[in-house]
Amino acid sequence: MAGILVVAENYEGRLRSATFHAVQAALSYAKVKGEPDVFALVLGTDASKLASELALYPLAEVFSLEQPEVAHYTAEVYSEAISQFLEARPFDTLIGASSTFAKDLFPRLAERLRGGMVNEVLEILAPDRFKRPMFAGSVIATVRLEGDLKLITIRPTAFDTPPKAQKEAKITPVGPFAISLPFTAEFVQFEEVKSERPKLTEAKRVISGGRGLKSAENFHSIIEPLADTLGAAIGASRAAVDSGFCPNDYQVGQTGKVVAPDLYVAVGISGAIQHMAGMKDSKVIVAVNKDEEAPIFEIADYGLVADLFKAVPEMIGELKKVKSA
Amino acid sequence: MKLLVAVKRVPDPEAKIRVKPDGNSIVTEQLKFVINPFDEIAVEEALRIKEKLGGEVVVLSIGPSEAAEQVRTALAMGADRGVLVKTDGAYADPGIIARALAEVAKQEGFDVLLMGKQAVDTDYGQTCGMLAQILGVPCASFAYKVEVEGESKRLVVVREVDGGLETKLIGMPCIVTADLRLNEPRYASLPGIMKAKKKEIRQISLEELGVEVTPKLRVESLEEPPKRQGGRKVGSVEELVRALHDEAKVI
Repeated sequence: MAGILVVAENYEGRLRSATFHAVQAALSYAKVKGEPDVFALVLGTDASKLASELALYPLAEVFSLEQPEVAHYTAEVYSEAISQFLEARPFDTLIGASSTFAKDLFPRLAERLRGGMVNEVLEILAPDRFKRPMFAGSVIATVRLEGDLKLITIRPTAFDTPPKAQKEAKITPVGPFAISLPFTAEFVQFEEVKSERPKLTEAKRVISGGRGLKSAENFHSIIEPLADTLGAAIGASRAAVDSGFCPNDYQVGQTGKVVAPDLYVAVGISGAIQHMAGMKDSKVIVAVNKDEEAPIFEIADYGLVADLFKAVPEMIGELKKVKSA
Repeated sequence: MKLLVAVKRVPDPEAKIRVKPDGNSIVTEQLKFVINPFDEIAVEEALRIKEKLGGEVVVLSIGPSEAAEQVRTALAMGADRGVLVKTDGAYADPGIIARALAEVAKQEGFDVLLMGKQAVDTDYGQTCGMLAQILGVPCASFAYKVEVEGESKRLVVVREVDGGLETKLIGMPCIVTADLRLNEPRYASLPGIMKAKKKEIRQISLEELGVEVTPKLRVESLEEPPKRQGGRKVGSVEELVRALHDEAKVI
């Protein structure tokens, strides 16, 4: 039996927001394919609780798998568990959001199921044809995925979130399955990067700093107050990461994180191709750079040619005025 | 320790990529090719493991004949010998690459196979997971730190995952994929480059390996993305903030 299944991401007992974008992509896919229903599967600790959250969206049925072996994610155990689930309840299309979870799990699962895979889908053209970026987003490829079983990961920023459903979806607990691995592959621990600020990939506003900041101290003293004033997440160019101004998980770009906030402010960023690939879908882009030839100005909605060390503190002052007005 | 490293020949990530007017391929004239940057980090990590625990580092590549240049670069960094599977003329998707790598890995045998988390040309990032499943071995992707426990034949790998760092324990033989912060790759030294000229690169074709060559994933056409229209320059901070508030309405 055919069907479209969203593999939800259980992040420390919460549903990742990217999962909802995957649900929306699955609904679009169902429409293109002419299928009425979309299903979802959630695994891990508190899976049944998360299933009831997912059931509020337009899904036909939500499956939950909670057993000690899947309490923590590893690609090895999850691909085994999902394969066993699919033996009992077959689906021919698996959809997930392109996060480190699906990037790790889907290729292994695709091979385990002898299916084909396409990743980072931006647009669904037909059940077997998709648009996706290549070469750090410098190129958009139209690709064809053949075979009866398809695994698809979508770029969350390319799909909206789904509306809530009028009727709650049915929830079906599944398993437990007999899972044993012929080798060692164990989750040891997860160390969350705690921050008071919104998550980079989920924030409505992002302030990013580049090489123009010249030092880690400047990165803190210039970028952080501006981000605080706007309630924004902090990002960085690869050049800033490479220069040691900030950690790698700040990196926006093809090899870092892809973001599409309502407001993206690039401070002291010249606009390397690989950086722009990670932020050019932002609604409004602001660039502050003293080099008026910087490529970032070609895509910025508002460009300010200025010394960032003067302009940013001034900007904080102006923003506070607007806020209090 | 037997260490295998897979490297891919890719266009210089700093280069501007243009699509040919026919939409079938990219303009390669005057394009510089390099080792995929993440694979280069994997080569460095393999060399560091060898320097600590001894053994051999074998570089694998699958690609056109010219990919011998990238294998040679890895040899100049310090790898011991190379294997190049030539795909000349054939179209290989991640499934085919994974099968070819699996064949070579089986022929060679290994304790740890390393590669980059993704190639910066196709940006697929599928090969590693598929390869791990074909070989029936565990894999730790997006490595930030790798500790090899030589005696117990296990690796403790800290992985860069969304929201933080995850630690995973995997038993050898196993696969590790490198993320950006794992290390800073060394440059090939002049003596290294001289020595590399004498090192062996075994060349075989995809056909000789006997790998199934029907791709599941095919690129039909390429296009350049729509250019984002730039806006305007503003004259002052005050004007900028006013525009964001009154015009763009984002603050």
